[in-house]
Amino acid sequence: MIKLSKKIAVLLISITSLIYSHVVQAELTIEITEGVQSAYEIAVVPFAAPQGEQLASDVAEIIAQDLASCGYFNVLARTAMLTHPTQPAQVKFRNWAAIGQDYLVIGSVTKDNNLYHLQMSLFDVYKKEQLKGLRITVDAASLVMAAHHLSDAISQRITGIPGVFTTRIAYVTSLFDANNKPLYKLQVADYDGANPTSIAQSKEPIMSPAWSPDGQKIAYVSFENKVSEIFVQTLNTGESKSVAKYKGINGSPAWSPDGKRLAVTLSKDGNSDIYILTLADLSLSKLTHSRAIDTEADWSPDGRQILFTSDRGRRPQIYMMPSNGQGRAKRLTFDGNYNARGAFSADGKSIVMVQGTQGNYRIAVLDLVSGANTVLTDGPLDESPSFAPNGQAIIYARRKGDNEVLSTVSLDGQTKLDLQHATGKVREPAWAPAK
Amino acid sequence: MKIYISIISIFIMSLLLSGCSKDAVKDGSGLEDGSAVSESYAYNADGSKVTELNLDKNLSAAEALMLSPEFSDPSSPLSRRTIYFGYDSSQVLNEFIPVIEAHGQYLMNHPNQRITLEGHSDERGTREYNIALAEQRAKSVFKMLQLIGVMSNQIDIVSYGEEKPVAMGHNDDFALNRRVEVVYK
Repeated sequence: MIKLSKKIAVLLISITSLIYSHVVQAELTIEITEGVQSAYEIAVVPFAAPQGEQLASDVAEIIAQDLASCGYFNVLARTAMLTHPTQPAQVKFRNWAAIGQDYLVIGSVTKDNNLYHLQMSLFDVYKKEQLKGLRITVDAASLVMAAHHLSDAISQRITGIPGVFTTRIAYVTSLFDANNKPLYKLQVADYDGANPTSIAQSKEPIMSPAWSPDGQKIAYVSFENKVSEIFVQTLNTGESKSVAKYKGINGSPAWSPDGKRLAVTLSKDGNSDIYILTLADLSLSKLTHSRAIDTEADWSPDGRQILFTSDRGRRPQIYMMPSNGQGRAKRLTFDGNYNARGAFSADGKSIVMVQGTQGNYRIAVLDLVSGANTVLTDGPLDESPSFAPNGQAIIYARRKGDNEVLSTVSLDGQTKLDLQHATGKVREPAWAPAK
Repeated sequence: MKIYISIISIFIMSLLLSGCSKDAVKDGSGLEDGSAVSESYAYNADGSKVTELNLDKNLSAAEALMLSPEFSDPSSPLSRRTIYFGYDSSQVLNEFIPVIEAHGQYLMNHPNQRITLEGHSDERGTREYNIALAEQRAKSVFKMLQLIGVMSNQIDIVSYGEEKPVAMGHNDDFALNRRVEVVYK
């Protein structure tokens, strides 16, 4: 049990990693708010640099901080290192065992024309063997991302769980400009908030970003034309296409697992219902037909089921029905008098949602197999939860005083991190799928 | 329920208090350019604190010039263009029926006049559910206007859910954000 929670802590806290080193551009800052645990002792020796060159990014330092912040590892301070091996033949395991290290990472960076070759070796100090060797070739601009890749490989090899160091997040910020007018931005950043890029902005609200399964596109809702409208933006080209602008609500886009369809909420026929929008021809088929509010759809990973929020039973609860419309909707949630915005885990066996109990809105996970309902956060206004790509953490938005921040929580509820935006409020996080 | 009653009493109070707010406006810069900035007041849930609330923020100077003087007369129900709702409810409260009726009459007498009903919610719960809930609120007002006899082509509806709160940050502000704004255009 302890081991499990440590593993979870790893993935979560690993988010903090880069904050201390290459955060120059980061608008998001990360603060560990609860429960950091430590486990494996690991040394990351400075990598050999190309001859006569000072690298812009200290690869070993990035790895160290990816791992250090991630409660699963205690990273040895450089000042405590007695030797600095950069080739496997130079490693003397007993020296590292003597100072209590479980694992050792060494490596080198060499340059070939304008390309850099990163060579990394991970050793088990007690077994005296190499666990992993990896070589990555990149241009100068990709050195940081390459270092994150190495962190992922190390974390995965030791903990057995994929890291999130190379993933990205999307979120919406809201602030007041110089003329005190609201300005909404849809932003994409590295998992730790570094390298934020604004991909859309508007004086009217932006909502509900959703990543396509291949991570190439983002669907979102914008009121930039004074009415709600669903857009799909291709990130590489920046091209944005309006896919739904019907009378009334155009909201809550959710990608089908094959990336060909969106489940959306429209109210063009009278009240909010779920429709399936085929992106190739923008054709629609209506999925729900209730007189109540039906919204906030999410597809099961196999594409066969759709869950959604409905107040057909008077109060909002989460229901599930076949995505082909052949079958009745079944109510899933019975704990709490308000359950909304459900999202499936990657294995489809559980859902995360906003659960309101006596005016306190918290993030809860429902195990669809056992029926167990676990509340993970404290409220009072937590929202927009979704699973991390590795399934080990949940990212959500919450109020912090008068501000709005993003947070992550481990599945055991033990470890919590805040990602606080430097300017304005930050909300509606969406974690991109792993590459 | 108790909270709800105290919020209604705000509006009764606000009508009584509107004389002072008008004076305040005269001291300010509002009237010369024709803008109708009459203010009203709202009590918080505990009934003790008074929060200022500009009910007419959506009436620009140009709009005010186009509309009849009743829109800036605090004693006229037309000066009230915000309709408030209970928690997770889209049912129009009795308190606001006279306000909706007054706007309905005006729209029937001015068939070329168009309005937008903007639906809003408080910040509790989820954003897309709140979009749907706030649209239901706007539709409740829409249906009432239709029953009075207003042509449906005079009315547009847009729901902003919790995205455009008028009062921010504090629990007692929830009631002020659960609203439909009647915007003349």
